[in-house]
Amino acid sequence: MEQPVSYTLDSTLDTVDHAEESATRIATELGFGEDEVMQISMAVREGAVNAVLHGNKYAPDKKVTLAFERTPEDLVITIRDQGKGIDLNGIPNPLAPENLLKTSGRGIFLMRSFMDVVEIRPSQTGTEVKLIKHVHGKPVGNKEDSQ
Amino acid sequence: MSMKLSTRQVDGVTIVDCSGRITLGEGSVTLRDTVRDLLSKGNKKIILNLAEVNYIDSSGIGELVSAFTTTKNQGGELKLLHLTKKVHDLLQITKLYTVFDVKDDETAAVKGFK
Repeated sequence: MEQPVSYTLDSTLDTVDHAEESATRIATELGFGEDEVMQISMAVREGAVNAVLHGNKYAPDKKVTLAFERTPEDLVITIRDQGKGIDLNGIPNPLAPENLLKTSGRGIFLMRSFMDVVEIRPSQTGTEVKLIKHVHGKPVGNKEDSQ
Repeated sequence: MSMKLSTRQVDGVTIVDCSGRITLGEGSVTLRDTVRDLLSKGNKKIILNLAEVNYIDSSGIGELVSAFTTTKNQGGELKLLHLTKKVHDLLQITKLYTVFDVKDDETAAVKGFK
């Protein structure tokens, strides 16, 4: 992936699968290891689930945008929805004993577990989630960097 | 790959062999419906064999929790069997590994029911 890639997607479950598949493909192309590819794809999936389900609430007139960018140091993935924003202070800690048996509320925790940086910017016009994974090795096929 | 489930009986215990992905949507719904159906028919000793489950997301984790608590609330018992590394790691980081009764041996798991 030499140039940034961006998708505008409907608020459907297909979008969640598409986001995950795109993340898997791009992370693999960039040379991330198997475990890191899994972590990146799962973080993107969780971000897309939040955008479709909690942000846009499956509304047909609202879109999800998904963007991938490779900087010299990082893979930067941005997911935006057009919902009403989320109250980050209202999200309970899923590791607290009283929350362990809750059936939801682990998505952001998993994103933070799997990515190096997670930035969430809620607003009245939507939420932007930025997921960053540091690139530790050289990208696959980057022959220009070879000695 | 979508999720597939099949059930079998071993010494009064229902083993649900799961394969594929337990994720938001079809996979989660299939698991939920199967467990509820078993409980409604009086099958309250349940093992979820996850040996062939290669992917699970936060919704899938939620369904496992739901299956566990629903079974417990109805006086039953639910165990997890043969976790793949991915699922094992996910349950570790979400601190659910010690909440679930996780087994590696099917025979021992069946005999372990009260």
